[in-house]
Amino acid sequence: MATQQPINDPMIDPKTGEYAVIAPGHNFKSVTQKIAGLVLTSNTPLGWFFGLMVAGCVASLVVVAVTWLFLKGVGIWGITMPGAWGFAIINFVWWIGIGHAGTLISAILLLFKQTWRNSINRFAEAMTIFAVVCAGMFPLLHVGRPWLGYWLFPYPNTMNIWPQFRSPLAWDVFAVSTYATISVVFWYIGMIPDFGTLRDRATLPLARYFYGMLSLGWRGSTRHWIRYETASLLLAGLSTPLVLSVHTVISFDFAVAALAGWHTTIFPPYFVAGAVYSGFAMVLTLAIPIRKFYHMEDLVTLRHLDNMAKVMLATGSIVAYGYGMEVFMSWYSASHWEFFMMWNRMFGPMWWGYWMLILTNIAIPLTTLWSRKLRVNVGYLFVLSFIVNIGMWFERFVIVVTSLYREYLPSSWGTYVATKWDYMLFIGTWGLFTCLFLLFVRFLPIIPMSEIRMMLPQTKITRRGPEAETVIEETT
Amino acid sequence: MPVREGIYGLLAEFNTPGELVVATEEARRAGYRRMECYTPYPVEEAAEALEFHKNRVPMVCLLGGLMGVTTSFLMETWISVWAYPLNIAGRPLFSWPAFIIPAYEWTILFAGLSAGFGMLALNGLPQLYHPLFNAPNFRNGATTDKFFLCLESVDPKFSPTETRSFLEQFHAVSVVEVEL
Repeated sequence: MATQQPINDPMIDPKTGEYAVIAPGHNFKSVTQKIAGLVLTSNTPLGWFFGLMVAGCVASLVVVAVTWLFLKGVGIWGITMPGAWGFAIINFVWWIGIGHAGTLISAILLLFKQTWRNSINRFAEAMTIFAVVCAGMFPLLHVGRPWLGYWLFPYPNTMNIWPQFRSPLAWDVFAVSTYATISVVFWYIGMIPDFGTLRDRATLPLARYFYGMLSLGWRGSTRHWIRYETASLLLAGLSTPLVLSVHTVISFDFAVAALAGWHTTIFPPYFVAGAVYSGFAMVLTLAIPIRKFYHMEDLVTLRHLDNMAKVMLATGSIVAYGYGMEVFMSWYSASHWEFFMMWNRMFGPMWWGYWMLILTNIAIPLTTLWSRKLRVNVGYLFVLSFIVNIGMWFERFVIVVTSLYREYLPSSWGTYVATKWDYMLFIGTWGLFTCLFLLFVRFLPIIPMSEIRMMLPQTKITRRGPEAETVIEETT
Repeated sequence: MPVREGIYGLLAEFNTPGELVVATEEARRAGYRRMECYTPYPVEEAAEALEFHKNRVPMVCLLGGLMGVTTSFLMETWISVWAYPLNIAGRPLFSWPAFIIPAYEWTILFAGLSAGFGMLALNGLPQLYHPLFNAPNFRNGATTDKFFLCLESVDPKFSPTETRSFLEQFHAVSVVEVEL
């Protein structure tokens, strides 16, 4: 059923019936003033301080949990044999998956010339980096002696030992460190022209100095712009295979192991799709409050929310196919172990995890996102984004825990119970993520100004020089 | 290098990208070569008008990528075969399929860093001081909503008076001298 839209809604393009990407009436100056104003304003909203305070308190849980961990060791966590991969790995995969939507938006959608992404790519990239910060912490702490974490890298040392390159865990080090580095470089390079704008518009000497240093002396020279655009495209072209490879390598951590429930070839595509699914949910979680509190409804429009919901529908369907295939293969493989693993997931002691996952990842989103009315319902999308991220957390919980605690020999069966230190560290990372994001929103341009300018109608080149005018005079 | 004195060039300010492109094309036709456009977002037509085609960023990126793949693959082979040979489940020491994955990641790492830092190096950035920032109207517009064309005084055809009258025929908002 076609939904009825008010015909005189200025946000709807009369030609296509779609919501506009940018509200009409903007020009170069107005978008610049609006976005730069958020950063350069002298009165910070009180809500920001309040948010930072709350998030800071939550983030301090990380400090407490990590300090106690350093004093006592990983024994304070719920990990034990056979469930040696508990919250640490679940949370690592969950956070890094969230980060993937940022790269998808900034890289893949740039290559596909999806210009609507311009409004949301900066904060989606910021989300990526902060999610990788949270994610990277977990495997490092999980190794038990994080102060020796640099042993993971190949460097000449007096012990004469080197990494073992046939192990997926060594691949992980390369994949995640490359991902973090390239994401930061891409993000920073994207901000250089905007730092130039902030430097030129700042009135406080300190701000002018700060943004002036960050802008590296950017002056908008055409030759610079052309090289800059090439570098951005190349970085996008490189980030695209990178983002696909990172979650593929993470899925290898599981798929290369000979454990029922892990040893499957569908893991790489299904992990990547799940990562993008949860990442877009997180972009919605962040975009919806930001556009509301900073009155960005004219730059992050309903079109963006609608499009993101569509991407979630598509990737969610791939994830659903992955779940379906897991069930099918556990029967079709005729392997006793596979069959038992799936039966145990559905009806074993932790049945609630599996059904929670089906409910939050499949049943709720994939039935409702077909409706355009719901896709442009801001409140619904906000709630849904939380539901999907809960679902994606449960996906990793089900994969990690229910595969491990019922392994081949019934004599080694066990269970997994997370301790308060597990919860404290996990909840603390939410606070850390929120803190970093609030600082980003206050001090860095959250929407790329130069890219928004490129989408305005004023960019159209109309040749009106001395010659053209003489022609007009002659004809009249 | 001789001591540079006098002015850096003449800076014309325009309100629209179209006026800038026309002025640039005309300046090029009139024989000016040492010039540059400054815009708040990339204007490809301006690069066309400047006849700027020597973009070496892709080459730098390619070289970086090749360096990454060679470095990492050779390093993995040397480590696993000679430096620290380990028998892992009976696999051959030179198990190249496993080596592809770190090599793939380092290809992207080196290529990406080369593209990013190579672009900055080719652009001569960071360069915190530039004479253009002396122009009174430059910082107010070049990164916001104005379009600039600068004809530089190092051009043999440059003359403070003639170049000024040349630029003024294009409906520039202003034509100002840029101090060195």
